[in-house]
Amino acid sequence: MRFIFKTDYAQDIRLAKHGGHVFWYSLLVLCLLAAPWLIDEYWLAQLTFVLIYGIVGLGLMLLAGFTGLFSIGHAAFLGVGAYTQAVLTNMGIPFPIALAMSALLSAAVGLVVGLPALRVKGIYLGIATLSFGFIVEEVFARWEKVTGGNAGIHIKAPDLFGFKVDTADGFYFLCLVLAVLATLAILNLLRSPTGRAFVAIRDSEISAQSMGIQLAYYKTLSFALSAALAGIGGALYAHKLQFISPDQFNIIQSIDLLLMIVVGGLGSVHGAFLGAIFLIVMPQLISLSKDFLPEAIGQAPGLQSVVYGSVLIAFVLFEPMGLYGRWLKVRTYLQIFPFYRRGMFKRQKSFQKSDRLK
Amino acid sequence: MQFLQLVISGISQGCIYGLIALGFVLIYKATETVSFAQGELMMLGAFCGLGVMTFLEYPFWVAVLASIAAMALFGILLERAVIRPILGQPAFSIVMLTIGIGYVLRGLVTTIPGIGTETHTLPVPYKDMAFNLGALTLNAEQLVVIGTTAVLCAALFALFKYSKLGIAMQASSQNQLAAYYMGIPVKPLNGLVWGLASAVAAVAGLLLAPITFVHANMGFIGLKAFPAAVVGGFGSLPGAIVGGLIIGVVESLSGFYLPDGFKDTAAYIVVLVMLMVQPNGLFGERLRKKV
Repeated sequence: MRFIFKTDYAQDIRLAKHGGHVFWYSLLVLCLLAAPWLIDEYWLAQLTFVLIYGIVGLGLMLLAGFTGLFSIGHAAFLGVGAYTQAVLTNMGIPFPIALAMSALLSAAVGLVVGLPALRVKGIYLGIATLSFGFIVEEVFARWEKVTGGNAGIHIKAPDLFGFKVDTADGFYFLCLVLAVLATLAILNLLRSPTGRAFVAIRDSEISAQSMGIQLAYYKTLSFALSAALAGIGGALYAHKLQFISPDQFNIIQSIDLLLMIVVGGLGSVHGAFLGAIFLIVMPQLISLSKDFLPEAIGQAPGLQSVVYGSVLIAFVLFEPMGLYGRWLKVRTYLQIFPFYRRGMFKRQKSFQKSDRLK
Repeated sequence: MQFLQLVISGISQGCIYGLIALGFVLIYKATETVSFAQGELMMLGAFCGLGVMTFLEYPFWVAVLASIAAMALFGILLERAVIRPILGQPAFSIVMLTIGIGYVLRGLVTTIPGIGTETHTLPVPYKDMAFNLGALTLNAEQLVVIGTTAVLCAALFALFKYSKLGIAMQASSQNQLAAYYMGIPVKPLNGLVWGLASAVAAVAGLLLAPITFVHANMGFIGLKAFPAAVVGGFGSLPGAIVGGLIIGVVESLSGFYLPDGFKDTAAYIVVLVMLMVQPNGLFGERLRKKV
């Protein structure tokens, strides 16, 4: 068992709270660095996807998990990033500049979507983002001069100022660096006044406003940052797949992204990556288990959606904190063994807060 | 004349949107949660009707009544099993839960061998009938949709206005706690509301089935009913129908007069404009958050 004596205010905001953190996260980074030599090509590709989805998940987590605004059209930002990257890279612009442009353009689009967020809340915001997602998808399909329409568009390998990253290993390292940077950026943001303001807005808009937080500014900022991360993720996604078409950025993708952060654990940075692992590993598990199921079930095209749906229902009902919440419980159990009590993480009885005027 | 023809087909499509939106609004008013599974409930209702008609070979009317009853029961059970335990949790959890329910329903239908993966037509008695009214051609399917929606709206209006049950539902939707103190059994009532919403969804499914087809993905039309509900104002029953009609007519007209691509996005453009101009919708109650 570990006691942390706080003797300094700086300890509260230190990234690594104790030696254990330093040890385990360093080990994780070392494993990730060694991954290309440890696992075969197929799983390395999956790991790359985990990192990419993790970056997108971080963005959505910032918006949904930390600011309390929900976007049911996040795939649109992913798509804006992916298409910008594809068009710019094919024009011969180096990778870092194209990536920055993708992030900026996504953020700009996020700003535009964030504007209605100032007036509407709750489910209305969800529907506004949903509508926006549909419109963007249609734009991708119809703006054929730039996006290639439904036929899709191919994208060249990333070009780091003359150094071509065209191997799977090289691209993996590129994603790893960006994922680590994005994570550090989010962690830093969350311990800054801006991040605190986001969390305050999530917990209660009215009290946040009373404390002098400008709702309009911070909500739009959250949308823009979240969209920028989604744009970066989208750019990497485009490079990884080397081919993008409008139907990769439809409502199903948006819902998958939401599912990812809910399953991972709303309101935790770990949750974004845990959710990404879930999202990538689950289809593999399903296809592995297909051989053991009766044919009618195993061959059904809807098997994946049944599993996703059931997992989602189970998490919402039994583990609202997601995979990260489950991990917290396991860790606490181990840390204070044998003193774990059943009621320690009991969900607080809560009463519905009505948005209606009563 | 062509304009009128487009308007009529828009109205009949809009009635479908309106009926699905009615389901959202019923549930929203009662429990202040938004059900993303409404489209899938509609799909399930259509499959129920199909099953009873083509496999048990009962006549059309039996199939209609049976599937409405089955769906109502299903709605009540669904509420009891998964919705009630998490009432009071943040609205977003419930949204994700209903998305999950939608996924499961859509997937489960495809696991039924031979039925779930195919597209079917529902052999309704009024199939392919058409009337000529001057230069206008009226499809029987469209007329049935419009007529049934009108009847259903009248019935729901009567239910909410005159029956004890409807008044109790209104009371509990306005203030659950006060309704509970007045002796209204709020929890079973919420179950009934889900049953009612599912039954309305089943009607929508049965009405839609002859126009499009019965297949596992027909529930995605539910996503177009959201704009309908928002345009009408999320908390208003007549608003849902009016919103549905507006969306349907705009969609039908923009499909003809505007370039390609606008037909599919018209509903969403309308709703975005609506949210910017008047976020509470046409008939929505004015909401202001109190501390």
